Amino acid sequence: MKKALAAIGFWFFVTPGLAQDTPPDTLVKNVTLEVVELITKEKGNRAKIVSVIEEKVLPHFNFTAMTALAMGQNWGKASPEQKKRLTEEFRTLLVRTYASALAAYSEQKFDFRPLRAKPTDTDVTVNVRVLQPGGQPVTLDYSMEKTANGWKVYDVMVGGVSLVANYRTEFANAVRTSGIDGLIKDLQTKNRALAEKK
Amino acid sequence: MRWLLVVTLFAAGCATVDGERDPRDPWEGTNRAIYRFNETFDEYLAKPVARAYVKVLHQEIRTRIANFFANLQDPLIGLNNFLQGKFEDGVTDLARFVINSSFGLFGIHDVASDGGIDKHDEDFGQTFGRWGMGPGPYLMLPFLSSSTARDAVGLVPGWYLDPIEEVRPINLRNSLVVLRLTNTRAELLEASRILEEAALDKYVFQRDAYLQRRRSLVYDGRPPREKLE
Repeated sequence: MKKALAAIGFWFFVTPGLAQDTPPDTLVKNVTLEVVELITKEKGNRAKIVSVIEEKVLPHFNFTAMTALAMGQNWGKASPEQKKRLTEEFRTLLVRTYASALAAYSEQKFDFRPLRAKPTDTDVTVNVRVLQPGGQPVTLDYSMEKTANGWKVYDVMVGGVSLVANYRTEFANAVRTSGIDGLIKDLQTKNRALAEKK
Repeated sequence: MRWLLVVTLFAAGCATVDGERDPRDPWEGTNRAIYRFNETFDEYLAKPVARAYVKVLHQEIRTRIANFFANLQDPLIGLNNFLQGKFEDGVTDLARFVINSSFGLFGIHDVASDGGIDKHDEDFGQTFGRWGMGPGPYLMLPFLSSSTARDAVGLVPGWYLDPIEEVRPINLRNSLVVLRLTNTRAELLEASRILEEAALDKYVFQRDAYLQRRRSLVYDGRPPREKLE
């Protein structure tokens, strides 16, 4: 009960801070710290972690843009219906992967780097370093774009590996062998397998 | 060698939309066979051992062990920084080694990092990359997993300069080698679990991540930005 109250309290206090004109680096910092706080409370509870991500993180991501980038040239060949389904499935997969990564979180410290961008920029990269005991810091780079609804993430680079770019070959291979519907089916199969596994 | 870099970057940029074959991975058939072998080895030996290691030893002790081996790498990391002309980084790597070996009790405590002297990630593969050599074809090495022609060549001087190889008696050396391998695999347990969940085709996902990661390392985390279209 106490936990729930604390979470609700958090929600009310932090959410107004995430207004549309929040600078991108502040946004990343606020959301990261908030999510980490919640995750630490829900240690290991996968379902809770997923719901925290759904609620706190997803609104700041532009999944259509991410899917389009991962699809590359094939995006143009997809029908609006296919685009919608691709985005949904890719989003589900990314959320699960993200939840899985967060479940491994254990008290690492964050180093939020100052934003190197002009106030007029509409496309920036926000750099965060995750410091871990006995290892090199891991870099997290959020590529963000300014939209009418505030800043939205369209790619995340972990240790120099772009998540979106990393799906490009897989997607292209799937489309080449079994078409866009084949790729949608592959993603569905994958998501279903993951849902059953946990 | 420069053309290799160009070809590879081009390949990375437009993936493989047309051809069946990925130009970055001309030996995909052989590589996949070795990958399957590695997977089996990992499934039945490396991963279970690493899991047991994590279960039996407390995190604190594992960190000490990881620090010990990491410390022994710092002189080589420093050497590679010197070879790349990054003298300031090289000096701090040597300082790390001196500080951690003494105050950190043979490296088991990473007091240098605590004091704000960051660890670097350098090796001969990266040095060759810095000198302008492209990665060449992707290589799946037995047991050692992802590499490229360039990075595989870079392993050779690394082996010659590996201090653990000099340890005698032979039994102790062998124990240290096994412990180091176990430690490395244990550190990768989380990453391999995430890979398992994230990938549609693990081989491709791991390959692309490796190539991206190495490219980023060659440029010390600041590679020329490739605009995704």
